[in-house]
Amino acid sequence: MDTIYLLLVLAPLAGAIVAGLFGRQIGRVGAHSVTIAGVAISFLLSVVVFYQHVFGGVGVYNESVYTWMVSDGIRFEVGFLVDNLTAMMMLVVTFVSLMVHIYTIGYMQDDPGYQRFFAYISLFTFSMLMLVMANNFMQLFFGWEAVGLVSYLLIGFWYKRPTAIYANMKAFIVNRVGDFGFLIGIAALVFYTGSLNYTEVFAEGQAMSEATITIWPGWTFGLLDLALIFLFIGAMGKSAQVPLHVWLPDSMEGPTPISALIHAATMVTAGIFMVARMSPLYEFSVPALSFILVIGAITAFFMGLIGLVQNDIKRVVAYSTLSQLGYMTVALGASAYAAGVFHLMTHAFFKALLFLAAGSVIIAMHHLQDMRAMGGLRRHMPITYVTALIGSLALIGFPFFSGFFSKDAIIEAVGYSEIPGATFAYWMVLLGVFVTALYTFRMFFMVFHGEERYDQAHHYMPDHGDGEDHHHHGTPHPHETPWVVTLPLILLAIPSVVAGYFIGPMLFGDFFADSIFVSEAKDVLAQKGESYTGVFGFVLHGLVAPAFWFAMAGLATAWYLYIKRPDLPAVIADRLRPGVRILEDKYGFDRFNDWFFAGGTRRRAFGGLGVGPGAPCAVRLPLSLCIRDDHRPAGPDVRLRDLRGFDDDRCEAHRCFKERPCLLTGPF
Amino acid sequence: MFADWPILSLLIWLPILGGFLTLAAGRDAPVVARRLGLSVAVATFVASLPLWFMFERGTAEMQFQEVASWIPAFNVNYHLGVDGISMPLILLTTLITVVVVIAAWESVKDRIAYYLAAMLVMEGLMIGMFAAMDAVLFYVFFEAMLIPMFLVIGIWGGPRRVYATIKFFLYTFLGSVFMLVALIWMYIQSGSFLIQDFHALQIGMTAQILIFLAFFLAFAVKIPMFPVHTWLPDAHVEAPTGGSVILAAIMLKIGGYGFLRFSLPITPDASAVLDTLMIVLSLIAVVYIGVVALIQSDMKKLIAYSSIAHMGFVTLGFFLAFYIYSNTGDWQGASLGIAGGMVQMISHGFISAAMFLAVGVLYDRLHSRQIADYGGVVNTMPWFAAFFVLFAMANTGLPGTSGFVGEFMVILAAFKADFWIAFLAATTLILAAGYTLWLVKRVIFGTVANENVAGLSDMNRREFFLMGLLAFFTLLLGVWPAPLLEVMNATIDNLVAHIAHSKL
Repeated sequence: MDTIYLLLVLAPLAGAIVAGLFGRQIGRVGAHSVTIAGVAISFLLSVVVFYQHVFGGVGVYNESVYTWMVSDGIRFEVGFLVDNLTAMMMLVVTFVSLMVHIYTIGYMQDDPGYQRFFAYISLFTFSMLMLVMANNFMQLFFGWEAVGLVSYLLIGFWYKRPTAIYANMKAFIVNRVGDFGFLIGIAALVFYTGSLNYTEVFAEGQAMSEATITIWPGWTFGLLDLALIFLFIGAMGKSAQVPLHVWLPDSMEGPTPISALIHAATMVTAGIFMVARMSPLYEFSVPALSFILVIGAITAFFMGLIGLVQNDIKRVVAYSTLSQLGYMTVALGASAYAAGVFHLMTHAFFKALLFLAAGSVIIAMHHLQDMRAMGGLRRHMPITYVTALIGSLALIGFPFFSGFFSKDAIIEAVGYSEIPGATFAYWMVLLGVFVTALYTFRMFFMVFHGEERYDQAHHYMPDHGDGEDHHHHGTPHPHETPWVVTLPLILLAIPSVVAGYFIGPMLFGDFFADSIFVSEAKDVLAQKGESYTGVFGFVLHGLVAPAFWFAMAGLATAWYLYIKRPDLPAVIADRLRPGVRILEDKYGFDRFNDWFFAGGTRRRAFGGLGVGPGAPCAVRLPLSLCIRDDHRPAGPDVRLRDLRGFDDDRCEAHRCFKERPCLLTGPF
Repeated sequence: MFADWPILSLLIWLPILGGFLTLAAGRDAPVVARRLGLSVAVATFVASLPLWFMFERGTAEMQFQEVASWIPAFNVNYHLGVDGISMPLILLTTLITVVVVIAAWESVKDRIAYYLAAMLVMEGLMIGMFAAMDAVLFYVFFEAMLIPMFLVIGIWGGPRRVYATIKFFLYTFLGSVFMLVALIWMYIQSGSFLIQDFHALQIGMTAQILIFLAFFLAFAVKIPMFPVHTWLPDAHVEAPTGGSVILAAIMLKIGGYGFLRFSLPITPDASAVLDTLMIVLSLIAVVYIGVVALIQSDMKKLIAYSSIAHMGFVTLGFFLAFYIYSNTGDWQGASLGIAGGMVQMISHGFISAAMFLAVGVLYDRLHSRQIADYGGVVNTMPWFAAFFVLFAMANTGLPGTSGFVGEFMVILAAFKADFWIAFLAATTLILAAGYTLWLVKRVIFGTVANENVAGLSDMNRREFFLMGLLAFFTLLLGVWPAPLLEVMNATIDNLVAHIAHSKL
């Protein structure tokens, strides 16, 4: 058994090393062949593993591969834990990864960094497998940071673009803020249990929930609550929950295949997976679950709203991803871990599909991403059109599509939940359904229906500022993309429809019995499951539930505004100017960070405290690096100018340093 | 078969004599000097390997001991031996010296024989210091080591080298004078200069505190700890590449080694009293110096400050023990912290060496260390950029690289001591990512910044070999630190058991 898991993990790593180090020698075909072979091996073995575990009656596998080190009596090991949850994640990761590998052949065909790209995505697959297959916290942290590294490398893949190398640094640093919490959470668990091994830590869950920690005189917390909230801060970074979500929209600077693989289907769901994996601990901490529930609910609704005002096709899908991650998080908070993981799976398929479809549109439009210059594409791209429709219907939760089952289960589960914040969360996710349908079909209609607006293209062409003319700047004449692009779309469309039918065993059956622990009092899915009679019964029940009608209302509104009366959106936007401005400003998170950490620190926070003139710019700078947002809605020209300003004297922090270097560097 | 050989003496005197030989034979023949210097360095490295392979794991006893009488009147002996703390540092020294000699191959054009001689002599002196079991012998090596470093910075350094050398010398020398006084006082008490006898010496509280402070002055300057760190950025900026590598990779470790060899075991009660001071200073190094690193415009200065921040983890790990005991009533976790500090020292030896070499690679080409003079280096030096990003990630403590191991252990141990210590220590995840990745962004990524960058040529085979060698060790230690821990565990457990007993 060991060999199959080792091979499964190491095959993509081997592919990555060969393509990365010998890319020039083996050439383009060699690079994609070797990496695709590696990932294909992983995928096939994942199918075998899944079959063995789910149907073959193979028990939970939990073995160490090697001892990383022993210090102070603590064994640090590298090992695998494979149960149904892991097997499902392995299948999703390797399947989407394989699809993206194939798709990349078409998407990146003109790119000089072709081999490097394949090396990175294979390395990502390895890292993600290490993450989901870990049987201990250290390896989890390894995978956690390694996927962050690859994400950094891939967002900055086009390293000549100022926006890309800014976005990748921002992504890494914001993720590090989360990882900071994650590490403290791990340290808290090790503090109590003296072990990093999941099984040993989980066994202490209940006992640990009675321990307390005084972190300040008179300020005592439950140790488990503290540990789990810190662990979840890690998940907030990785799974982009408010307020650590700011990196994900910017990550769209990376090539589209990785937006699908990393920033939609797999890496960003690592936080969801982690919490589900830790369910034997989270079940003993209502404060942590409440915290998760509220954060998820805020993310689910408010990030969806921003999607309504975005015009860049990838950014709409990105905000949709944020919102859907919020749904998964809400499910976790309501103790419906299985529903969260189930939505993770269906979302991985339909969101990867939507991203790759968006990529297909972008190829056809010669790297134009602004929907205002699209329209009527259904006539030119029939396969992309149909698959995007399937993805959109799955996303809004249309009956019989996968998203319907997973989202409905989450909403119902939250309805049953009784922990603090559940009512708020219920309304957020319910209203979110309307918003989801509205932004999804706004995008769908703007891209595929209505009049063709390709002559507007030159207004909206991205200027990457790398001084090279990559793209044709004439009016695009879109046509269907090659088979390496459409084949993955078709293959992803299938599970986007049918994955929902596994709802019976996965949510109401014993599929996750060995992996996920739910205490009886909080088992909302079991309550829901009492009335579960089958897929059709579930759909029938769904048709009379409010969520379905909210979705239909959203769909109808989108149709009315973007097909029937395309003149209306501008009028409405004008009437609701203040509200639209808030959304375009993305609630000012970026601007606040910019003002508070970058601009305002010296004036307010530190001026008042009387800290010497040197310190503020030192404090200001790190944060101005990571949180300052240069993507003003005014368009690419403004944002590029801002960015250049950042690197020269216009950046206050930089100037401040130039004026008084000695105050900081030579206090003695 | 090697067990009876005087390996430690060989490791001390081979490079010292080889250094003088290189000087004598290669004074007017750079080619001879290079070949001879490299041969000596490689021979020393090979000769140090038996230490690793024949070292007996699982015991805290001093091994490979050699004793000869030196100054009988004062009971001073030429007494050598290594344990799990000093042996890995000696191997690090022999490895890094090979790297430094190769790095000098083309980049040092002026008086290469003198340069290599200084490096080799310094290697022998540093090994002698790590291997000394006699306090006088230790002190002699400890002081003598300054001379070649002084010369390396003073002769091959940058424009402000005189200022830097004097600052370096004054700081380090002043600190060590007090240590000499402490050593003599303990000799008077014990009648022996053997460091082990000092460990066993019963000392009152006042005396312990004075001795602790004397050692603190000597070692805190070396590490360096805030606030006596300011000599390091100056020394690094002015030092030639090889000097910076030795300084960062090995010399800083001497301070950490001193705390483990002298301060903790000789004055455990003073350490317990003053540990708050040590921890606060360590955390200032991690947090404040990390912030200072962010705003540097000179690559070497940035890496120098990053070194200080990383060495903060070393001192933090060493002095957590007493906090852990008072918080949990148990010594469990103390050796995790100390071992974490040790791993951090070894790891920092690889990573800082690689970072300074990388700056050297750029400096050799453009003769500038200013970040602003670079940008888009990846376009012209893709292999260099790949290595640079790898070491940058190791510097940020990415798991899978050696930079992670020590920090992880120290943070785990810190939580046992106090929540806030762990909290502040863990901010390094954010700060280190901030200053390192911003450096990468400005130097490596982007479009080609200017004509100079456009004319850069990628690394040659020599540079590639050095980077590859250090990358290998950085990854090996990150993926499999177990062998290093096996060597150290017994010694560290013994140390913790020792400091758990009050001397009062």
